[in-house]
Amino acid sequence: MADAQLRITFAGPHVSLQDGGRPGWARFGVPQSGAMDRVALAAANTAIGNPAGATVIEISRGGLHLECLLGEVGFSLAGGGFILEHGSKRCGSWRRGQLCRGEKLVIRPGLWGSWCYLAFSGDFDRPAWLGSQATHGPSGLGGGRLLSGEELRIANAKPQRNLPAVIPCPVFARARPRLRIVPGPQERFFGTEALDALHHGKWSTTGASDRMGTRLSGPFIAPSAQLNMASEPLSRGSVQVAGDGVATILMADHQTTGGYPRIATVLDCDLDGFAQTTPMQSIQFVTVAPSEAINLSRQHISNCDRYIQRLGMIASG
Amino acid sequence: MQSPRFRPVAEHSLLVEFGEGVDATLHQAVLQLDAALNAAPPPEMVETVPGNACLLVRFDMLRTDHAAMEAAIRQRLDARPAEPAEPRQHQIDICYDEGCAVDLAAIAAATGQSEDTVIAAHLGATYQVFMYGFAPGYAYLTGVPPALQLPRKPAAIRDIPAGSVLIASSQCIISTLKMPSGWWIIGKSPTRILTSDPTHPFLFAPGDEVRFRRIPASQAERTDG
Repeated sequence: MADAQLRITFAGPHVSLQDGGRPGWARFGVPQSGAMDRVALAAANTAIGNPAGATVIEISRGGLHLECLLGEVGFSLAGGGFILEHGSKRCGSWRRGQLCRGEKLVIRPGLWGSWCYLAFSGDFDRPAWLGSQATHGPSGLGGGRLLSGEELRIANAKPQRNLPAVIPCPVFARARPRLRIVPGPQERFFGTEALDALHHGKWSTTGASDRMGTRLSGPFIAPSAQLNMASEPLSRGSVQVAGDGVATILMADHQTTGGYPRIATVLDCDLDGFAQTTPMQSIQFVTVAPSEAINLSRQHISNCDRYIQRLGMIASG
Repeated sequence: MQSPRFRPVAEHSLLVEFGEGVDATLHQAVLQLDAALNAAPPPEMVETVPGNACLLVRFDMLRTDHAAMEAAIRQRLDARPAEPAEPRQHQIDICYDEGCAVDLAAIAAATGQSEDTVIAAHLGATYQVFMYGFAPGYAYLTGVPPALQLPRKPAAIRDIPAGSVLIASSQCIISTLKMPSGWWIIGKSPTRILTSDPTHPFLFAPGDEVRFRRIPASQAERTDG
C-alpha cells in the first residue's frame, strides 16, 4: 500500500495528534490524555473503518490548513460545527471525503464546538509513548503537536470507498452546558454557601482553556478552612478551586495529583460535550447522587455504542 | 490505624482517605492498600493512584458501582496480608556546585546555616517516593530534613530546566521537563526518571527509597537529549 504525504501549511495552537489515550499510568504522573471529545474521535474513525481509538489530528478553534503533496487517502472529519473547505467545496464537519495529490483541506471554527477530529485511512508515521500516540500537551510526549510548515506521512494510505459524504451528528455529540456533578471529594473544605453558589450562581467558561482544563468565571468560592491540603490524586472532570477562589474543570491532560481541593467532580459522560462548549458560554451545575451518576453514564455509553455500531455497519458496507 | 473514609468521585472512582497531610504512617497505609489491591485486583478495578494520605481507585462503572467497590476494598483492608513490596533503593547523582545549585546560597541564608551544612543535610537524608504528580515522572520524594524545610517561593520561576533537584517543605523532586516551579533548586542530576526504556519507563515506584551521591559539575550534564 502506498503512502500519502501531507504538508501542514497552517496550524493554530493546540493542534496535535490524539487517540483513545494511555490509561493506567496515572500512578506515574501521566494522565490518560487522548481526544478531548472521545465521542467525536470514535465517530471520525469508525466512519472510515478505523478502530474507534485510532490516531487522528485533533483540531482546536485555531484551525488547520494542509495540502496533499503525494498519494491519495480517504479522510473524515467529526466534532463540533467546524467549517471544512476541500478544494472549491465548502461544508461543515461530520463529513467523509477523498484527499488527492495537489488538493488542500482548510478547517476553521464554525457556529459551534471547540474541537474536531480529522481521521485518515492509514497510519501516522509519528512516535508513540507508553503505547499511545496521544500527545500530552505540556510535555509534547506522544505523537506530538502539529506546527505550520511541517510534513506528515500517512503510511498504508487507503483510498476512500464509495460511502455517503455526510456522517450523522448525534444529539449527544453536541456542546453540553448543563453539567451533572457528584459533590466532593474535598467539599468539606468549603461552606454550604459554596455548594449553593455552584448550583445557583451564574457560571460561564472563559478563554483560559486548554487541554489541561478550563477556568470558569462565576461566584468567588472561598475555601472555609485555611488551605493546607496535601497533594492527592485527582481525575478528569475535577472542579478544582485554587486559593484565589477561581474554579477550574480539569480535562484530558490534567495533573494526576494536586493540592487544591475539589469541590465537585463532573460526570465523565458529560465531559466530551463540555469540551465542545466555547469561551464565555454559560453553564449550569446539577448535583446527582453517585448511584444516579452511574445510571446516567451507562445510558450515555449505551447510546454511544449503538451510534458507533451503526456507523461501523455503514462504513463496512 | 483508623478505618478510612470512602469518598465517591463522579461515576468512576472512590477516593480512599486515611487522613490528611504528609505523614509516614498515613502514607504507609496508602501503600499497603495499594499493594493489597494490585496483588489481588477486584475484577472491575481499572487502576489505583497513590497520593499522600489517599488512594484513588478507579473502576469500570459498567460492571460495578461505588457500594460494591467499597465492599471489595474493605475486604482487602480487613484481610491486610499484603505488605508493600520491600522498597527498592536508588542512588541518585547530584551536583551542588555553582551553576548547578542555583538556590543553594538562598537556602543557606533562609535557614541560617552554611552551604556545606545544607549540602551535608541533604546528602545525609533518606527519601521515600510518596507519589507522582504535576507532570509525567515528577516523583515526590519525602524526607527533606527539618533544618532544610522552606515554604515555596512566593511566585513560580519560569523555565526551570529538566534534571533540577528541587526542595520545598518536606519534599524533594528531580524534574523531568522544563517547567515553571516555585521550589528551591538545591542541585542538578543527570539521572533520568523517565528512562526511555519501554519495559521500565519510570525509574521509581511509589514506596521506593532514594539517597543522593555527590558528583562534580563535570559529570552533571545529561549525556543524551
